[in-house]
Amino acid sequence: MKELSLHLLDIAQNSVSAGARKIEIAVRESAEKDRTVLTVTDDGKGMSAEFLSRVADPFTTTRTTRKVGMGIPLFKLAAELTGGTFSIESTPGKGTTVTAVFVPSHIDMPPLGDVTGSMITLIQGSPQLDFVYRHKTDRGEFTLDTRELRRILGDVPLNEPEVLHWIRDFINENEQN
Amino acid sequence: MKSIEELNALRDKMQASMNLRHEDPNSIRVVVGMATCGIAAGARPVLAAIVDEVGRRGLDNVKITQTGCIGVCRLEPIVEVFEPGKEKVTYVKMTADKAKRIVAEHLVNRSVVMEYTIGAAE
Repeated sequence: MKELSLHLLDIAQNSVSAGARKIEIAVRESAEKDRTVLTVTDDGKGMSAEFLSRVADPFTTTRTTRKVGMGIPLFKLAAELTGGTFSIESTPGKGTTVTAVFVPSHIDMPPLGDVTGSMITLIQGSPQLDFVYRHKTDRGEFTLDTRELRRILGDVPLNEPEVLHWIRDFINENEQN
Repeated sequence: MKSIEELNALRDKMQASMNLRHEDPNSIRVVVGMATCGIAAGARPVLAAIVDEVGRRGLDNVKITQTGCIGVCRLEPIVEVFEPGKEKVTYVKMTADKAKRIVAEHLVNRSVVMEYTIGAAE
């Protein structure tokens, strides 16, 4: 994974697979504290304590096509390589929160990349789910909530190409401010 | 700068065009692999290119979906095209540019781009 945004996409796909109705993706950047905190929170089926204890092991996976699962181990490694930390909290039946703390001044800090692209990919794949994207920096905060978009769109699906295009421009333009 | 109110205008426009649409029995389904292997290999820009190109050309008969690991991770990004009454076509090692060509040649002109298929890669 060349960008942190790709990890976010990958981890959020786990939330989709876990049957989440609402998935929140947050990027909190603080230049002052030299920390970038990424979280993916869902209300999916959660994990048992036993599964959680081995979920960062590459030989743990829910996929049926192969016996390895690299998503969580790669994300954990990326955070730890910058001197950061990684944690998962999960309650069966309630949901899961994945938190990765990065140290942006570290030489191994990957670029944040196209988080908008990851959000668009998620919305395209699961237009019926609720996605909340929060991006906080020292300059301010931006929030996108697909429930708000759906309220306006009515029966026009979120995954229509024209709508996705609009959402992309909406995030990009508002994030610059 | 875009405001959320602008969506009202887009919705009205979309609703007008959607009323004219009907379920096309000849609709094509395009599936992009979006598991860890696909994402790491570059599936996100491939999907974006297909969505953009299908939208730009107004191809209402194309359904774009995502799936998990297809099982041949080394050939990701993978795109599968399902045309009714025909065998599935699997495109491998996709890029955004290759994906645009598939939209033009396969989805519009219904002609398989043989050189990008799994058969040509193996």
